[in-house]
Amino acid sequence: MAEPLLRVSDLQTVYTAFGGQRVVRAVDGVSLTIARGESLGLVGESGSGKTTTCLSIVRLLPRGAHIDGGNVEFGGQDLLRLSTADMNRVRGRRIAMILQDPMASLNPLLTIYDQVAEPAYFHRAMRGGALKSHVTSLLRAVRIPSPEVRMGEYPHQMSGGMRQRVVGAIALSGGPELIIADEPTTNLDVTIQAQYLNMLKDVQRRTGVALLFVTHNLGIVAKMCDRVAVMYAGRIVEQGPVRELFASPRHPYTQALLQSIPKIGSKEPLDAIPGQPPDLANLPTGCSFHPRCPHAWDRCRVEEPADLVVAADHRARCWLLDGRSSQLQIHVSQRAP
Amino acid sequence: MRGYVVRRLGYSLISLFLLSVTIFVAVRATGDPALLLVGPGGRPEDMARARVDWGIDRSWPEQYLSFVRNVARGDFGTSFQYRIPVRDIYFQRLPNSLQLAAAGLLISLLIGIPLGILTAVKVDTVWDTACKIVAMLGLSIPGFFVGLVMIIVFAVGLRWLPAAGSGTPQHVIMPAVALGWYFAASMLRLTRSGMLDVLGSEYVKLARLKGTPERVVIVKHAFKNALIPVLTLAGVNFVIMLNVAVIIETIFAWPGIGRLLFEGISLRDFPVVQGVVVMAGVMVLGVNLLVDLLYAVIDPRIRYA
Amino acid sequence: MAVEAQPLPASLAAAETRIETPGLLRDIPLVPTAILLWLVLMALLAGVLAPYDPTLPVAGARITQPPVWMEGGSTSTLLGTDFQGRDVLSRLIYGARVSLMVAATGTVVAGGIGMLLGILAGYLGGWVDQTIMRLTDAWLALPSLMFAIFLAALLGPGVGNIIIVFGLIYWTRYARVIRGEVLSLRERDFVRLAQVAGVSKTRIILRHIVPNVMNTWMVLASLTVGVAIITEASLSFLGLGVPPPTPAWGLMLAEARATLMVGQWWLTVVPGACISVVVLAANLFGDWLRVRLDPQQRNL
Repeated sequence: MAEPLLRVSDLQTVYTAFGGQRVVRAVDGVSLTIARGESLGLVGESGSGKTTTCLSIVRLLPRGAHIDGGNVEFGGQDLLRLSTADMNRVRGRRIAMILQDPMASLNPLLTIYDQVAEPAYFHRAMRGGALKSHVTSLLRAVRIPSPEVRMGEYPHQMSGGMRQRVVGAIALSGGPELIIADEPTTNLDVTIQAQYLNMLKDVQRRTGVALLFVTHNLGIVAKMCDRVAVMYAGRIVEQGPVRELFASPRHPYTQALLQSIPKIGSKEPLDAIPGQPPDLANLPTGCSFHPRCPHAWDRCRVEEPADLVVAADHRARCWLLDGRSSQLQIHVSQRAP
Repeated sequence: MRGYVVRRLGYSLISLFLLSVTIFVAVRATGDPALLLVGPGGRPEDMARARVDWGIDRSWPEQYLSFVRNVARGDFGTSFQYRIPVRDIYFQRLPNSLQLAAAGLLISLLIGIPLGILTAVKVDTVWDTACKIVAMLGLSIPGFFVGLVMIIVFAVGLRWLPAAGSGTPQHVIMPAVALGWYFAASMLRLTRSGMLDVLGSEYVKLARLKGTPERVVIVKHAFKNALIPVLTLAGVNFVIMLNVAVIIETIFAWPGIGRLLFEGISLRDFPVVQGVVVMAGVMVLGVNLLVDLLYAVIDPRIRYA
Repeated sequence: MAVEAQPLPASLAAAETRIETPGLLRDIPLVPTAILLWLVLMALLAGVLAPYDPTLPVAGARITQPPVWMEGGSTSTLLGTDFQGRDVLSRLIYGARVSLMVAATGTVVAGGIGMLLGILAGYLGGWVDQTIMRLTDAWLALPSLMFAIFLAALLGPGVGNIIIVFGLIYWTRYARVIRGEVLSLRERDFVRLAQVAGVSKTRIILRHIVPNVMNTWMVLASLTVGVAIITEASLSFLGLGVPPPTPAWGLMLAEARATLMVGQWWLTVVPGACISVVVLAANLFGDWLRVRLDPQQRNL
């Protein structure tokens, strides 16, 4: 099997606030891999640690946050050991990122051309005519009409959907091997979302770039991704190929997520997940999900579940999968709901 | 854009109106204007004539109108002290104050902006604390005291610089520093908060995510955006410096409009006082209007709105 | 036998206060507060602390006698004497009284007018708001110092006049900021509830709006104190403030100008340093207060 493009092993990232008094472990032992050209979805509620994981990979954490454990290997390089200058050469050139809010992502005082050209200018030393045609073809690739005209415009002259495409063009400009997209469609109109996702999938197919797609929307994952990892309270609780996970989810949280998607045409009541997402500063003992889990039993309350294998590429953190607990499985299913 | 300009102009005019009314009422309400206009030692005939000239025996609205008419014509009356129209002395002295204010502005920019950027970029470090201290000192120690101390040290003590008068660059240094002192601190603060805001913005984050070299991020992305409010403040500060230099001009015997105001007050030369104050108001309102319009030009968002 | 009073149930006690008072005295900056308290003490106990009458020459001392640590100084006049032979230290102490009184009263007057107009503008809106805002713009058009000089020149010297001048000029900052606060307070639930319940406007303002703008008001006030002191010093320096022979720091600076060129630098430096230190303390305190009451403004 070929070496994966990105391998994150046991990543640990903490936020410290108030001079060390409050420590929140936003990313607690996250491990994931992405192969070349593959697209991995990272799913979870707000505050589950998805964005922090992404920012940790590119080492652009905000003040007060730092990585205090684990490994990030990208294309053979250990990213956590790189100097700032070297890391700068990775950002934009080998790994690019798309952020959630297209209006805020673009500098209001610079033209579209200026902002899209920047990565190519600094990382690939492109200049003049070559740079201009590079920008033109990028804008065309993200399906912006009349690119020669548009590149002279400013961000506020464009609609939200178009701005987000520009952000996509910026991401592609350096010729990256991996694009991390952090909820790129969340701020877009529903009608525009589909167009954008189609464009992104098309670009991915043509350039062979790998994609780490962060979202809270399982529908998008189904459409865009080959594999998916589900995050809860800073940990990956289940990961595997999209088809398999959707067909037979093993972690109760994943099951609940799939259950709660409204089905058009059905009049069944919506299944919300009971309870609230946990306060990362005050996590429950044992498995973080147990207060909201319909199948929780004693071991869940006491011991953090290990990452257990379900099938070839499918793992989940849940004691229900532990063979030794099969007797207690019967006990669980006999409990009144 | 045009609607914006018209509205902004409207506000300025209203403010100008209210200001003129305020000055007008203030003068009338605190004593006999005839006395003020004619000055100490005025004879009854002079006072009677002043009454007619300035229409003081007529009703207040009429008086106000003649006041406004006179001002619009640039007629602020005649100085008792100099016996020439106030307008003439004012514009004679104005260039000196402009020179001083320009020097003061330069100092405030040269100190305030770089330090402001430094403290924003190196936030929470020793540099930041040091700059914050500098800003505090600038805002707390009165400029005129700084001027006095400088005279003691540099003029009396070391004899490097002249203590008073104008004409050579050495004459400008101390008063300019005294004048710019406070404004350097306010520039520092504004630059700092502007830079911090911008450095925390999403587009700067994206610029860093693109792997853009940090110095390019700071200069091209952050500074340009943070600069707009700073520059506009600079314009406003220039006009303010022009008009609050009263004490500093007095201390350094600098022949500007501030010193003119002080002379006017000491000698109860009322037309001069009124003239300087009215001009100050007009200037500041004018520059505020200009700055707002400039904002519209610089920031493309407003331009196309 | 003592009967212990029943404490209020916590929920009832909490309902009584609609204002948040965080453990107010935590992290209070020691040095600035100490300096400010010292100023208040000096002002109140001037009669006791000052060794001599500030308006009369000291018997047995020369005029413009240097401070004790310089050649020619003596322990009877620790900070020396001025051009009339009056004790500098005593004048300094009595001057604190003037400064404090002007600063405190002026701030309260300006703050009071500003709060009133700001609340009216924010709460009533419409043409009241527009008028007050245009007036604010107009008055802010004149640089404060120049406006102060103008008004003071018209009114004449005197402590009372300074306070009036200060009040007339500096209310604008309060009005602007408080108006903003009121605009957002107006939309809050507890205000709406009161409106729906038919409570009169005056009552709403007094019971709901005023307590909630007090935080901002206090921050503004603490930052205005420094400005007040400098304004008073400036006016006195120009001869428009406190009339002689009342001791005032600004006046001391003015009187010291005559001796500046001939070397009696302490007559200038000592009162000026006093002004600077007090204003610095007031500004530091104000900054701390602002961060304390609204941590979001840390960037300023």
